[in-house]
Amino acid sequence: MGNMVEIRRLRKVFGSIVAVDSVSFTLSQGEVLGFLGPNGAGKSTTMKMITGFLTPTGGTVKVNGYDIQDQPIEAKRGIGYLPEGAPLYPDMTPQSFLGFVAEMRGFRGEALRQRVADTVKKVNLGSVVHQRIETLSKGFKRRVGLAQAILHDPPVLVLDEPTDGLDPNQKHEVRTLIKAMAQEKAIILSTHILEEVQAVCTRAMIIAKGKVITDGTPAELEARSPSHNAVTVRVKTGTATGVLEILQGLPGVKRVEALEEEEGIQGFRVIPVKGQSILAVISRCSRDRNWEVVELSVDRGQLDEVFRSLTMPDQALT
Amino acid sequence: MGRVGIIFKRELAGYFVTPIAAVFIVIFLLLSGTFTFYLGSFFPRGQADLLPFFNFHPWLYLILIPALAMRLWAEERKEGTIELLFTLPVTLWEAVLGKFLAAWCFTAIALALTFPIWITVNVLGEPDNGVIVASYFGSLLMAGGFLAIGSCISAVTKNQVIAFVLSVVVCLGFVLSGFPMVLDFFSPWAPDFLLQAISSFSFFTHFTAISKGIIDLRDLVYFLSVMAFWLFATTLLLEWKKAE
Repeated sequence: MGNMVEIRRLRKVFGSIVAVDSVSFTLSQGEVLGFLGPNGAGKSTTMKMITGFLTPTGGTVKVNGYDIQDQPIEAKRGIGYLPEGAPLYPDMTPQSFLGFVAEMRGFRGEALRQRVADTVKKVNLGSVVHQRIETLSKGFKRRVGLAQAILHDPPVLVLDEPTDGLDPNQKHEVRTLIKAMAQEKAIILSTHILEEVQAVCTRAMIIAKGKVITDGTPAELEARSPSHNAVTVRVKTGTATGVLEILQGLPGVKRVEALEEEEGIQGFRVIPVKGQSILAVISRCSRDRNWEVVELSVDRGQLDEVFRSLTMPDQALT
Repeated sequence: MGRVGIIFKRELAGYFVTPIAAVFIVIFLLLSGTFTFYLGSFFPRGQADLLPFFNFHPWLYLILIPALAMRLWAEERKEGTIELLFTLPVTLWEAVLGKFLAAWCFTAIALALTFPIWITVNVLGEPDNGVIVASYFGSLLMAGGFLAIGSCISAVTKNQVIAFVLSVVVCLGFVLSGFPMVLDFFSPWAPDFLLQAISSFSFFTHFTAISKGIIDLRDLVYFLSVMAFWLFATTLLLEWKKAE
């Protein structure tokens, strides 16, 4: 399957503010792309242009092979979109609202009824379909928003902060739903929650001041963290002496931090040079010296460190 | 059903699931009755026609139609649903037209519910029913004009109060443009053709012409082009100010 979304030099200017500055990328089936970035970075504006709500100042968006400006109707048929905050018509019930969306999407009669019923089931709306939307809880509203986005089984899904404001269980549910659909769709989602990127995305893009700063797998991003491959060692005090100095002397070790001592166990955090793997060296060393090791673990890296260092370069990490 | 029809249906149903329909229709009937019988001296005149009823329609619409039109787009903006609507496979025109037609149809329902007064006048005397039909038709056309103006102004703001007040002012201008209070402002300096152009913009003049029972093509074209113009302006403004 080729590229479902093709974005070239996308740009949006509001007055004197450049909200999105020459963003380009492509997305194919099976990819879940996470947009990361501080508030006001241009994530939502980019999504609004991809879905055809905003007209770009420059650049092109192609969805499913259709240019969103030249063939907006055809392009929009292939997109399911959850706008930020999941806006809905408050006076309608989920049933009538989804019926309206299904009709706008071209479903009629029995096919429409079936489609709405299936979607209601998929997002677990069953108990509230006949309540007015304004009386629903935030979690249910978000599910109605998701339902209208996936109702027509679109090849491209654009979800602006799909889990914002949900409780941990609801977040988990939404993520499970996204993961279940990931195989057959191309999905773009924006989020502030870095763990979400690790949990559902196959690709992460950090955007700041309207520009794409990095684009790679979540693992690649993590690898850019200073604490990538850092090793935490916890040793029973008394069984070992001079641990800090010995660790410091091992090859590939940049520095060692002593952690707080707890109940007779002393911890150390070993930071490697340029993220190289030092676990083997440390584990051999502790075996040779007969340290009583309680814990030995490797840090994959902290996405939030990477995020901060990339989006606020002036305040470099200490 | 086309997409205009689907939007029309949703909008029209929207009036009836909220108290808007009940409140609007009751107030409309109450006010039109009061105007006709008290201000219009329906009985003392002793004539079997509905002039006192229709004469007040421009003033009645001036207040009530902007109240109906203010939510058309301002509410979509405020709730953020405008983003939902325009990312569905629908064109601006289809959405603008569907919403407008729903509001217009709703006005037609309210207008149709004034039928008891028609019955009354037929019981009391022998009115010219042709004139009455023409007047109803003219009244509906005028309501369409007011609604199109309201739709356009509602499209530029998310604040319904602002939409209402501005619509009333613009509509007032259209009602009064044949009256001295507007013309006097222009007559000292404006050339004759401009004065005539301004006075020909009056809803009042065109409506009065139709309510005499003669449906002149010019009056018809006038109201239809007013609607087309303001609805076209609505689409332009929506496109232009969608982001805000």
